Amino acid sequence: MSSIHVSTTVNGDEVEFLCDPRETLLDVLRDRLGLTGAKEGCGTGDCGACSVTVDDRLVCSCLMLGAEAEGKSINTVEGIADGEKLHPLQEKFIEYAALQCGICTPGILVATKSLLEKHPDPTESQVRYWLAGNLCRCTGYDKIIRAVMDTAADMRKAS
Amino acid sequence: MRYHSPESFDDAVALARDADGITRFLAGGTDVLVQLRTETVIPDVMIDIKRITGVHDITREDGGWRIGVAVTGAEMSEHAELQNEWPGLVEAMDLIGSTQVQGRATLVGNLCNGSPAADSVPAMIAAGIELSITGPDGTRREKTENIPTGPGKTSLEKGELVTAVHVPARGDNAGDAYLRFIPRTEMDIAVVGCAVSLRREGNKITEARVSLGAVAPTALLVEDAAQAIIGTELDDAALDALGAAASAACNPIDDKRGTIKFRTHVAAVLAKRAAKIAYDRAGADK
Ligand SMILES: Cc1cc2nc3c(=O)[nH]c(=O)nc-3n(C[C@H](O)[C@H](O)[C@H](O)COP(=O)(O)OP(=O)(O)OC[C@H]3O[C@@H](n4cnc5c(N)ncnc54)[C@H](O)[C@@H]3O)c2cc1C
Ligand code: FES
Ligand code: FES
Repeated sequence: MSSIHVSTTVNGDEVEFLCDPRETLLDVLRDRLGLTGAKEGCGTGDCGACSVTVDDRLVCSCLMLGAEAEGKSINTVEGIADGEKLHPLQEKFIEYAALQCGICTPGILVATKSLLEKHPDPTESQVRYWLAGNLCRCTGYDKIIRAVMDTAADMRKAS
Repeated sequence: MRYHSPESFDDAVALARDADGITRFLAGGTDVLVQLRTETVIPDVMIDIKRITGVHDITREDGGWRIGVAVTGAEMSEHAELQNEWPGLVEAMDLIGSTQVQGRATLVGNLCNGSPAADSVPAMIAAGIELSITGPDGTRREKTENIPTGPGKTSLEKGELVTAVHVPARGDNAGDAYLRFIPRTEMDIAVVGCAVSLRREGNKITEARVSLGAVAPTALLVEDAAQAIIGTELDDAALDALGAAASAACNPIDDKRGTIKFRTHVAAVLAKRAAKIAYDRAGADK
């Protein structure tokens, strides 16, 4: 099987990699680029632990081939903080203890950042529907939802 | 597996025509990748259609719309005019999967995957949508209901692919709606789906199309159900006749999601509810 050469942008940096045609974007991020923030929970689009954005669109990186990344702009959880400075969502998740084991957290942070960019003033049910594809086995979701609502309120005040 | 990303439909046709073994077109990949990952179907040739010119566009055509074959559910929901004219079609597509799946999934992928429970298919059938299909012998136009031929099967020949989705002009006093039954509120496969599209003159229905999903090997266009409401003001008698016709059309399976009896009953319930929504939308000022 011949490898495919791909040039793409990840968290603002230009990167190139060789991948097998069957490798997913998630495989490439984790195993070739060393970005292990995105997790594989299911590999079939159900859990959202692998969430990233591609050209600002939220997707499951387990349901996209690495080869499809050619020329795209990809953002992962590693790009959310600004150096040492955490994103408001990350700070609120800590404040609210909106995580336990943490497996779902990178996907939920990427998903909720994308939500707040599109809908700065979401209703609670909008947040819950937006996160329908992000499963969490630990928290019962409530702390996550409250952290997101509170971040949204703070970010609206700040802007 | 070989991966190709042609820049024209002609190249895609040539690749598909000459391919040996199992070929899949890669639109959003939300079915193809799941099948690959679970090793249900491991294609020998994967033809990514998203780099072909124009496939991401929604454009006006003959008073209706031409939807590119790589347009995602999210892009359809964000298109205010399309949503205003065809709310039922857009809501059916929007029911597919999560936000993440919406960022990738397409109408044509939903149709060509061939699931009897595919949510957008009854809405496409009720809307009277046609598809352009291009193959080694040129391009033909086909009605949506003629594409699926059974679970996982379509009428497309080797080398053929869908190259455009044609949504007819909506016209005045018309509306559509799609409803499905699932045991949860999100992220599940339809036990029954039903779409209704109709037109009114005053309070009277002058045109209607009714389609059911998940109650037969393919989504159905139910002529008797449409006839039951055409010429009526959707009174109780018309609704009962509609429900009876919908149930009569069912030829479902018994499985963990629902029994034959349950599906047959729910088909009537959803047909009545969807018809009422479509009727109200047709009567509303746009
Ligand atoms: C978590 C999850 C939840 C889901 N929930 C739902 C749901 O609620 N309802 C539902 O109906 N589906 C659901 N699906 C299934 C899937 O998302 C839909 O069927 C989707 O519309 C498929 O579109 P796609 O563009 O991703 O197709 P792809 O996976 O790219 O392709 C699907 C099939 O269509 C063929 N194809 C694609 N484009 C063309 C073309 N232009 N010409 C000819 N053949 C073509 C491919 O060869 C393949 O066989 C879900 C999937 C996931 C992963
Ligand atoms: S690993 Fe991608 S959705 Fe679960
Ligand atoms: S914190 Fe454990 S899965 Fe969400």
